[in-house]
Amino acid sequence: MNAVLDVRGLRYELQGRALVDDVSFAVGAGETLVLLGRSGSGKSTTLRLINRLLMPTAGVVRINGDDAATQDVTRLRRRIGYVIQEIGLFPHFTVAENVGLLPRLERWPATRVAERVRELLTLVGLDATMFGSRYPHQLSGGQRQRVGVARALADEPFGALDPVTRGEMQREFRTLVGRLGKALVFVTHDVREALLLATRIALLESGRLIFLGTPDEFRASAMPQVRQFMDSAA
Amino acid sequence: MRLLDFYGRHLGELLFLLRQHVGLVAISTVVAVLIGLPLGVLVARRPAWQKPILGMTNVVQTVPSLALFGLLIPVFGIGAWTAITALVLYALLPIVRNTYAGITGVDPAVREAGRGMGMTDGELLRLVELPLAAGVILAGVRVAVVVSVGVATIAAAIGAGGLGVYIFRGVATVDDTLILAGALPAALLALLADGLLGLAERRLVWRPR
Repeated sequence: MNAVLDVRGLRYELQGRALVDDVSFAVGAGETLVLLGRSGSGKSTTLRLINRLLMPTAGVVRINGDDAATQDVTRLRRRIGYVIQEIGLFPHFTVAENVGLLPRLERWPATRVAERVRELLTLVGLDATMFGSRYPHQLSGGQRQRVGVARALADEPFGALDPVTRGEMQREFRTLVGRLGKALVFVTHDVREALLLATRIALLESGRLIFLGTPDEFRASAMPQVRQFMDSAA
Repeated sequence: MRLLDFYGRHLGELLFLLRQHVGLVAISTVVAVLIGLPLGVLVARRPAWQKPILGMTNVVQTVPSLALFGLLIPVFGIGAWTAITALVLYALLPIVRNTYAGITGVDPAVREAGRGMGMTDGELLRLVELPLAAGVILAGVRVAVVVSVGVATIAAAIGAGGLGVYIFRGVATVDDTLILAGALPAALLALLADGLLGLAERRLVWRPR
């Protein structure tokens, strides 16, 4: 299987307690895996283990077949678009500066950075002329999320794409991932969001992966923990 | 009235002492920032260094200024360099402490986003942490400057000049006018420096508008 991201037997211990325990999954190109779980279930920790914000106690993370542990950490992280729940936009940078940060750090020429920023903002449905010079606190929550996504996509080169201009961000997001051929891991505790975004859902509980399957399989599952989540959505 | 009269007759001397005073404060502040900023960053990055470094700057602060000036004389002799050394030591505490507080006060989500994106330590510091901490750091520099203007009046006791010359002379001769002649411009200088730095803060520091 030519998975972009392959996680095998991932384990993370803190003071003798396993926060992530034997988690394995693979994500292919154009696929979105949603890590679903309550707070403290280990989903954010798993995400941090993937881009080495934390070092796994055991297990292997492979990205395009290469062991992530042996790679230069800066290079590794710049190859992984990273959006966290709090989004983490830099409050002192404008929208354009936020989105263009990684290209600037990679020393792209200014005109090319500006071009890419425009492209990315259009892609997530924000008018670059209107929003480029605004600061994050001047945006709505949804707009901030779009900027976060645009920033996470900034590094990977891709060709001209049809702009996404209307509809629900989440739906746009799914088609976006499909078209870009990116492998995406998305963390949430909101089951509705998970069902909408995921090609597959991974349900975590106390650091263990207890369910892995498509949204349809998730809906049909009789597992009590899954039912609990489904009930909370109803 | 008598003060104006005094200034009228000693304008040249006043300007000379004022310039000396500003020089002492300016040089010591620049040196204190050059030392204090990296120290603050170090303390923020390595918690193990926190106790010794912050502790040391704290201890220095508790030594009475006249005693500190006196203690440094055997090391650097009499004159401006001793005074500047003492002023630097005094200015370190607010600068180190505020740099530390400013950097550790940066929203963890923002810091993690930077790291997660693959920023190096240096990039994170230069592009994210220092700009976001700038307001708190500048506030520390402001405190340092205002305190320095006051403490620098003691420098006259060890022959470093400055507006304290009038104050000490006035104390020695029990002359209120002479004491005021030194104290008043020192106070105005402190207010002016504070105001200018406040202005710089508003212009340079990012804040939500």
